[in-house]
Amino acid sequence: MEKFTVLDGLVVPLDRANVDTDAIIPKQYLKSIKRAGFGPNLFDDWRYLDPGEPGMDNSTRRVNEDFVLNQVAYQGAEVLLARENFGCGSSREHAVWALEDYGIRSVIAPSFADIFFNNCFKNGVLPIILADEAVDRLFSEVSGHNGYSLHIDLDAQNIKTPSGETFTFEVDPFRKHCLLNGLDDIALTLQHAADIKLYEQKRQSEAPWLFS
Amino acid sequence: MGGKTLYDKLWDAHVVREEKDGTALLYIDRHLVHEVTSPQAFEGLKLAGRSPWRTRSMVAVPDHNVPTTGRNETIKDPVSRIQVETLDKNCSDLGITEFKMGDVRQGIVHVIGPEQGLIMPGMTVVCGDSHTATHGAFGALAFGIGTSEVEHVMATQCLLQKKSKNMLVKVNGPVQQGVSAKDIILAIIGQLGTAGGTGYAIEFSGQAIQNLSMEGRMTVCNMAIEAGARSGMIAVDETTINYVLGRPYAVSGDQQATAVEAWKQLQSDPDAVFDKVIELDGASIEPQVTWGTSPEMVLPVTGNVPDPDQEPNPTKAEGIRKAIKYMGVEAGQSLESIRPDKIFIGSCTNARVEDLREAAAVARGKKVASTVKLAMVVPGSGLVKQQAEAEGLDQIFIEAGFEWREPGCSMCLAMNADRLEPQERCASTSNRNFEGRQGAGGRTHLVSPAMAAAAAVTGHFVDVRELMA
Repeated sequence: MEKFTVLDGLVVPLDRANVDTDAIIPKQYLKSIKRAGFGPNLFDDWRYLDPGEPGMDNSTRRVNEDFVLNQVAYQGAEVLLARENFGCGSSREHAVWALEDYGIRSVIAPSFADIFFNNCFKNGVLPIILADEAVDRLFSEVSGHNGYSLHIDLDAQNIKTPSGETFTFEVDPFRKHCLLNGLDDIALTLQHAADIKLYEQKRQSEAPWLFS
Repeated sequence: MGGKTLYDKLWDAHVVREEKDGTALLYIDRHLVHEVTSPQAFEGLKLAGRSPWRTRSMVAVPDHNVPTTGRNETIKDPVSRIQVETLDKNCSDLGITEFKMGDVRQGIVHVIGPEQGLIMPGMTVVCGDSHTATHGAFGALAFGIGTSEVEHVMATQCLLQKKSKNMLVKVNGPVQQGVSAKDIILAIIGQLGTAGGTGYAIEFSGQAIQNLSMEGRMTVCNMAIEAGARSGMIAVDETTINYVLGRPYAVSGDQQATAVEAWKQLQSDPDAVFDKVIELDGASIEPQVTWGTSPEMVLPVTGNVPDPDQEPNPTKAEGIRKAIKYMGVEAGQSLESIRPDKIFIGSCTNARVEDLREAAAVARGKKVASTVKLAMVVPGSGLVKQQAEAEGLDQIFIEAGFEWREPGCSMCLAMNADRLEPQERCASTSNRNFEGRQGAGGRTHLVSPAMAAAAAVTGHFVDVRELMA
């Protein structure tokens, strides 16, 4: 997993609540057996005016010029500013893979759906929860400011705006540690293999039907 | 010190170790696998030179991509075919039990698990699918995970988890005749909102829930995720035990009595403390229909599409406006005046035999309205299909003008050939009415199986109780 330490990233605002993982990456792209290559179809139904299928040449498709990701000012964005309950719906990790493949390294919202939130940390993407008022402020600042970037410091747990204002955020210490160091949590868990075996022995004697 | 909730008990029984910050290593008893969220996990395992910790905890089935017609041929879509073949190969290489496409036990992962007795009370159950919450109906802790976590469970039999908060949703008293489990859960989501359960494990209780069959309880727990909760659960009682015992993979022989004794403890203590309690009056729940693009956008069938100008919260008002535009409905329009083009009876929410019986009871002796382009029934598994055929339900549907299909996820998420065309409107017994969920531009109204059948035969949404009278 790629480390996340400090990010200076252009912000793209997606001003709608309850953005679901079906919208982030539509189902037809879930047929891939790979982890990479989902970026070109991130928000496919909103980015393009014609229906997309896997393997299509996106350069020949009709682009929805109104959609924020297609606007010139936001090209190269690495921070997605969103509204409440971002990433709700299906557990598809493809949603995070699509954001990451597109170049998004951090998503800021007032709240996230649990599974999506969890999936972000497994892929070097930092989801940040800020209060409603702070998110409102960022939305209004982004719209009035060309090239609006944020400085995100995971170790310090804060975000600096171009005007120098600072917002702090919470992050789970273990997840922070993994993200800062790009750690593989399977390897970390396997360090406790003896504990797992011990648990299994005890449990198997109490409830053998769980192991048949 | 108060007593423990059902969730507390399930959690405590599965903690392998716990860090100071509360991050726990949680042991997983059952890992269900399907073709869409597993290939990258299998590949990751292989690249790291790891092998599954406990292969026998895993059971796999292809369901999302499988066609519902022409099952004797190979899958026509080459991309879908590769994904199903990849699952077959991974399972055969590693010795994982798989119910393949030609197997009568094949079906939707959340239907076949319980059907085979693979899900027992007290288990932790995971799957790379958010509707894993279904299995909480058995007094189990069941939740959906992403592909990285699928790989983590494969390699370690554990997950790193923080404990959720406890929520109790109590549905008091019986529900009215003609009101189903689907209506109950839709009404709950309408009250809680799609994020109301975020961060919580929900226990459903109350007389209306206790009165439900296991099929109904699975419908309720299935949609816990639509209220934002990763897991939903229901305490064990005689209904649970009677359903489980005797199934192929369930406990048998001399362990059975011990197991049943242990299962009976799987309920919240009378003095258990919940972080949040919601109560609903069962008798006031009406048959429900969603009108918008989020499951919380739901109303009794007698209701009208809301007016965004009446909504004080600007983000919500904008959400209503966007939903009205996408759905092609009007503010104030009566839900009964909405006319679906297609009818879909199926999905992990409502494709069990009881669901098909309820729909067939409405369709019996009637004809699908001429304005309905396609009405289809997709049983949840090969065994559900077999049972329905033994009861003659297939003939009732076929005579009414429904198509009777092969089992799979089908038009719930339209990964196979079954889908809506742009602007097509569907009365669907599935679980999500998101934009494009059933096909790009498609418009989904979530309903119960009986309500879907009623819409099919009348051509518009209608209170199914009127047809029963």
